[in-house]
Amino acid sequence: MDLTLHVWRQKGPQDKGKLETYPAKNVSPDMSFLEMLDEVNDGLIKSGKDPIAFDHDCREGICGMCSQVINGRPHGKQEKTTVCQLHMRQYNDGDEIFIEPWRAKAFPIQKDLIVDRSSLDVIMQAGGYTSCHTGGVDDANAMLIPKPTADYAMDAAECIGCGACIAACPNSSAMLFTSAKVAQLAALPQGKPEARKRVLAMTQAILDEGFGNCTNHYECEAACPKGISVKFIAKLNREYLKTMIPTSTDA
Amino acid sequence: MILDGKAPTGQVDTSWDRYREEMKLVNPSNKRKYKIIVVGSGLAGGAGAASLGELGYNVDCFCYQDSPRRAHSIAAQGGINAAKNYPSDGDSIYRLFYDTVKGGDFRSREADVWRLAQVSNNIIDQCVAQGIPFARDYAGYLDNRSFGGAQVSRTFYARGQTGQQLLLGAYSALSRQIKNKTVTMHPRTEMLDLVVVDGVAKGITVRNLMTGEIESHWGDAVILATGGYVNVFNLSTNAMGSSVTAIWKAVKKGAYIANPCYTQIHPTCIPVHGEHQSKLTLMSESLRNDGRIWVPKNAADCEKHPSEIPEEDRDYYLERKYPSYGNLAPRDISSRSAKEACDDGRGVGEGKRGVFLDFEEAIKRVGKKTIQERYGNLFDMYEKITDENGYERPMRIYPAPHYNMGGLWVDYECQSNIPGLFVLGEANFSVHGANRLGASALMQGLADGYFVIPYTIAPYLASIRNPGAVKEDHPEFKKSVEGVETQIDKLLAIKGKKTVSELHKQLGNIMWENVGMARNDASLKNALKLIPELRDEFWNNVNVPGSGKDLNQQLENAGRLADFLEFAEVLTEDALNREESCGGHFRTEHQTDEGEAMRDDENFSYVAAWEFKGVGVKPELHKEPLKFERVKLAVRSYK
Repeated sequence: MDLTLHVWRQKGPQDKGKLETYPAKNVSPDMSFLEMLDEVNDGLIKSGKDPIAFDHDCREGICGMCSQVINGRPHGKQEKTTVCQLHMRQYNDGDEIFIEPWRAKAFPIQKDLIVDRSSLDVIMQAGGYTSCHTGGVDDANAMLIPKPTADYAMDAAECIGCGACIAACPNSSAMLFTSAKVAQLAALPQGKPEARKRVLAMTQAILDEGFGNCTNHYECEAACPKGISVKFIAKLNREYLKTMIPTSTDA
Repeated sequence: MILDGKAPTGQVDTSWDRYREEMKLVNPSNKRKYKIIVVGSGLAGGAGAASLGELGYNVDCFCYQDSPRRAHSIAAQGGINAAKNYPSDGDSIYRLFYDTVKGGDFRSREADVWRLAQVSNNIIDQCVAQGIPFARDYAGYLDNRSFGGAQVSRTFYARGQTGQQLLLGAYSALSRQIKNKTVTMHPRTEMLDLVVVDGVAKGITVRNLMTGEIESHWGDAVILATGGYVNVFNLSTNAMGSSVTAIWKAVKKGAYIANPCYTQIHPTCIPVHGEHQSKLTLMSESLRNDGRIWVPKNAADCEKHPSEIPEEDRDYYLERKYPSYGNLAPRDISSRSAKEACDDGRGVGEGKRGVFLDFEEAIKRVGKKTIQERYGNLFDMYEKITDENGYERPMRIYPAPHYNMGGLWVDYECQSNIPGLFVLGEANFSVHGANRLGASALMQGLADGYFVIPYTIAPYLASIRNPGAVKEDHPEFKKSVEGVETQIDKLLAIKGKKTVSELHKQLGNIMWENVGMARNDASLKNALKLIPELRDEFWNNVNVPGSGKDLNQQLENAGRLADFLEFAEVLTEDALNREESCGGHFRTEHQTDEGEAMRDDENFSYVAAWEFKGVGVKPELHKEPLKFERVKLAVRSYK
């Protein structure tokens, strides 16, 4: 099939950037979206033009590196699918495809489709862990965790940190991303001792990094390639509210 | 030269305990005087950087991705082994040790493997403490599954994303140290040279991938945990950015590379389709717990829909050939059997390079819901890529390059022959011998990072009189920066006709056809003729657009391919030298009448460590003889 691509081109962080149009010819339906872009890039190089810069690495939908807004939707139109797992059989001959980077204040564009997502690392550094030492911990079966609890934690832990939830949100809110980690650790006995401290630190980091607030649009869940549920945002809110209730050690 | 792995002498079972009792320590207030460089942020590098930072050392950690959470350890699916023996099915440290030595076809160092098996249990405890949601039963106890090459259930897992969860655990530990300022993280930074001063590793030269700036970083020790090199085959299950570059730069500075020909071809990957494919996708080995592998008995049936082929016309070849292990035969054996069936004209799918992985019987036995719970994400991924439903018709799979057991030569302390250069995880050679068992890579990465290097680096650091005495103003750093800049300018000046990806495909074809699953004298010599020709073409005809002064992905790829083109020759030399078949290295001249690998213990029971002598010059071979005291050398049988 033959396609027309409109791709965001931007030389550097200070450049204004604009959409440019390229043909993609003889595209096989079995190609992945990124393989299609590889071919377009080889063509651009051969005609003396600068190839399109885009983030990608594992190409099996787990590293969270790939990040493109395709026809207005982060990761494109297929549900629960990263760009690297999106295949061209989802498109038809003659289609026009608009490809843009994640757009959010907290994700400054670096070049073409590549953005800086280090603000997500900062949120994690604020408290996305249990403060256990290497070694000197209990036997793995010492604290029992029933299957439903382990499954709940795992549902949250599937987040790949790609940032699609933020790109999809009209407020560029990082609530789904943050809530996934808060909920995972709050559900497990190992995460409970620091639950209060964690939710306060991580939500403060959201504000400090310039993300917006959550106003329940649920665009995040729709865009999430791992299907992380907005129920975890409710969990985060509950964990946050709990911090307002004084505990015995506050007295 | 005869190399000494410096494994503790005496009884293997107590070797690690004795080592820890006798080793030199660095006292707590002195630790802050040392700076350690860690390259790579996967399971080995991330866990190592976090643990060393926590101990009080100053750590600088580097990765080429935009965040340490994206290292390719994240893609491991199936699980992690440990000798917990929770199911009481007869497991023990000895058994995990023995299975690993046997699985590696008796080509690994006993003491290193024992240590790995011993600390495996600590890893599971550590991961649970970090909040990793391993699979559990309703009573709350940890669940296990089985993997290839073992007759016990010792594999812990988190759905089909165990690597992701373990990596995120290491990443969270690392994040905590970054917050505490004991670790400084340098993402989007690629190591392009090792700086060696008076024969000792003292730092690295890197390129900032965003700005193109070339920078130097000093360290009292350098740790490489930079993963695997099987992208030398172009199509593999590795990430697009995985490369040999970091370890190859160390080789060019004098580090020996050991057993580079031990490459693992994973049996259960989605088959190649078309000409434009950029990578291959693995379907976890755990699928073989429930899936049955078969091909039609008759070549005439290959085009038929699998449901039209009756039971009696199917050849469940692994169950037939290896009844006691069946579909859970080790990876090298399963891969070769798939190749044999396809070479026999009985393959299925495009180009008849595929075999069936069938869940019909398992779905009948435990129900679709259970299969979905166990492997749902893998079935989804399969459908996205192939447009076929694995619940309704058997999956098609074929072997693909996946892992390397070879890597930089290290001694028992994970130190290379260059003092001060340590190597962890897949980047070193030490524990998997000639074949790695499933769910053992995660085990090794985390063992090296959490529980080995924090101990074994101490004696070296304690021996340094003046930590921080050599810094970036030393002339060797300047020389290194100039060397890196010269190479970049050279690559950008060629302006030839072929793109980097076209040339990488060509290299991949040479390697897969001649140095792949089956190798022989003629094919290896053919590769040794073709590789230098392609390298010449690369340096005369590659087209690297843009400049070195900003983000330039083509330039990154060109640098990595340039290193693959040099390294490929050493890998092939090693395969040519090793006139035996063992594990993932199969020389067609050396097989039994039944087509099984035939080892030659008398002549090849050694580690082959190669010293770089110049591009295109035959490397020099150094041997480390392998001694087996705890296990008896035996023909590896899974029948």
